[in-house]
Amino acid sequence: MKQNQAPLYEALERVRDGGLVPFDVPGHKRGKGNRELTEFLGERCLSVDVNSMKPLDNLCHPTGVLKEAEALAAQAFGAAHAFFMVGGTTSSVQAMILSHVKAGERIILPRNVHQSAINALVLCGAVPVYINPQTDKKIGIALGISVADVKRAIAEHPEAKAILVNNPTYYGICSDLKQITRLAHAQGMKVLVDEAHGTHFYFGKDMPVSAMAAGADMAAVSMHKSGGSLTQSSILLCGEHVNAHYVRQIINLTQTTSASYLLLSSLDISRRNLALRGEELFEKVKRFSQYAREEINKLGDYYAYGRELCNGDSAFDFDATKLSVNTRALGLAGIEVYDILREEYDIQVEFGDLGNILAYISLGDKNKHIERLISALGEIRRLYKRPVREMPESEYISPDVALSPQAAFYGDKQSLPLAQCAGRICAEFVMCYPPGIPILGPGERVTGEIIAYIRYAKEKGCLLTGPESMDVSSLNVLKGEG
Amino acid sequence: MDDLWYSEYDTPNVRFSIRVNAQLHSEQSDYQKIAVYDSPEFGRFLTLDGVLMLTERDEFIYHEMITHVPMAVSPDIKRVLLIGGGDGGAARELGKYPDIEQIDVVEIDRRVVAVCKQYLPQTACGFDNPKVQLHFNDGLRFVRSAEEEYDLIIVDSTDPSGPGEVLFTKEFYGNCMKALRRNGIMVNQHESPFYSEDAKAMKAAHKRIVSVFPLARVYQAHIPTYPSGQWLFGFASKGLHPLKNLDAERWNALGIPTRYYNTNLHRGSFYLANYIEEALRENE
Repeated sequence: MKQNQAPLYEALERVRDGGLVPFDVPGHKRGKGNRELTEFLGERCLSVDVNSMKPLDNLCHPTGVLKEAEALAAQAFGAAHAFFMVGGTTSSVQAMILSHVKAGERIILPRNVHQSAINALVLCGAVPVYINPQTDKKIGIALGISVADVKRAIAEHPEAKAILVNNPTYYGICSDLKQITRLAHAQGMKVLVDEAHGTHFYFGKDMPVSAMAAGADMAAVSMHKSGGSLTQSSILLCGEHVNAHYVRQIINLTQTTSASYLLLSSLDISRRNLALRGEELFEKVKRFSQYAREEINKLGDYYAYGRELCNGDSAFDFDATKLSVNTRALGLAGIEVYDILREEYDIQVEFGDLGNILAYISLGDKNKHIERLISALGEIRRLYKRPVREMPESEYISPDVALSPQAAFYGDKQSLPLAQCAGRICAEFVMCYPPGIPILGPGERVTGEIIAYIRYAKEKGCLLTGPESMDVSSLNVLKGEG
Repeated sequence: MDDLWYSEYDTPNVRFSIRVNAQLHSEQSDYQKIAVYDSPEFGRFLTLDGVLMLTERDEFIYHEMITHVPMAVSPDIKRVLLIGGGDGGAARELGKYPDIEQIDVVEIDRRVVAVCKQYLPQTACGFDNPKVQLHFNDGLRFVRSAEEEYDLIIVDSTDPSGPGEVLFTKEFYGNCMKALRRNGIMVNQHESPFYSEDAKAMKAAHKRIVSVFPLARVYQAHIPTYPSGQWLFGFASKGLHPLKNLDAERWNALGIPTRYYNTNLHRGSFYLANYIEEALRENE
């Protein structure tokens, strides 16, 4: 098997050029039945939006070119098996969880886990054991999880079946994945890694350790983030001690039977590109980020952080391709800088939270655009700087998990005004943006402290999402207690 | 004679062509495709990415108008920053002023300068002036680190579609503002009002300049080899007015030889057609 091959892409070209007369779906028939769409997306695109057929294999049961393409991906990522996924990395994360925990079983998770993970618990009925991530008070971001916290969670719940780790975080912070994997495996737990932001760890030089290299059992990799494939495409990796055939059955419970060949071929082509040229491409990304970090730090007031955040534990390593900038000393919230960049300078960055912005640097960037970003930040400092104000503290409040998310989500519930919810079991999610901290999940007990934090966050202008009540003036809680 | 023509598409439906004797040079640099042709009507001419930049025959119009207009308004221009201008034409005109002490030319593509030195000495002679300091750098990056250092910034850029993109952004104009001294002026190549794509760039540039500078006006020149023949320049300043502060007597006393520019034409060039005035006003 050679990495310069792209079997699925090659098969698609053969089918397109073969002149098959389509009497199958999709009904647009290579775009001819939908002129406006074809004009918008282009004939080349529509000509390969085709259905599963013998020469193109079938994602639900791959035996041909898809099997080969997945095998090449597995080889490229150093995994025992790789699945092409078309439901986003959300579907990959959920497949990892559904493959390893069942109703009533426990799984250890960081509190700032992606919502998709908790949604998977609603589906399967497993019970979460949360670890609060460490935070860096100075810049106000969540770090990774500390080894001591993992040890404690394992000691308190030795019966847990698996541990899920976010690695790296959105900000590029890595936990000590090897050590965490060793601890979990010693207790017979599986290690599942949400590696949505870590595709490049498998291909770049001097990158933080990847999940597969660290010995983890599964990893969900967002190829469409740093890997360059189409939005919604993703890869799920399995280590050698995972039954890939069972994982396929789990995936097929919820996955479409009409997987898009646009998405699938983008995974095949991107894998080939990364395998052949990834090292050089990500060196360039690192150089861009490093240059931007140095230049932004020269502007004054901004703090574009890097490896100096590493503390040997909860910030075990740092992904140097990431460009996050703390804006506090400027007297502006990250979200304000985010808005000014878009509205005044036509620059869209990935996100802004209370104290930071994150500019996503990738293999698609150009020198001149990096210069624009740096210069626009310089202008924002010149024109908008103001006295530093107190920023709201974002604290992780340790949740009291009273019921499984599933039992709470599907339980008999009632809506109560926020003030009356103390002591009750919440039946829904409350997320706080920024900074993206879950305040409550289904099955967790509402406390006075939590109600106070919700009020505080609302007052500070944070966006609270999740509950049926859009302004979080009331919450759905379980009936018949409290 | 062979029937060789250089053609440029002013729009997808309009073509401008010049009969060519020979292509003298062609290369792909790190930034763009650089070519030089020789023609019976316009002499030698330079193209970047297939867009005509200058011809020997009519370059004087552009280079005189982008330099002498600000020079006749401000009496104390000592330090000039010229961004782009890798052909040397604007530097040549600035070289006519003995009071200018320093001319920093920031050109992103060193190959443009090399090719012009070889094939277009008519403009590249501007670099022979010892006051001219060449910097091969990104214009935005260069100006970013300057603070109140220049009396005049001339933005002699390509169209916003190529490497010139950054020179049409708000962050660039803002950094120019910062790099200018108290009586500073910025003059820029401001695209054309006529064909819709050019006009779009003109409006966008005007809108951004107006948002940055307290005073922003536009003036015009007739340049036969540019799309539609009508071309605009932007005049932005920290306060100096292009007409009220024009000191015709002082400028004429300098005795600078020009073929296009004079102080009467200076005044006239700021009087624009209704459709141009409207397009500008909509973006103020």
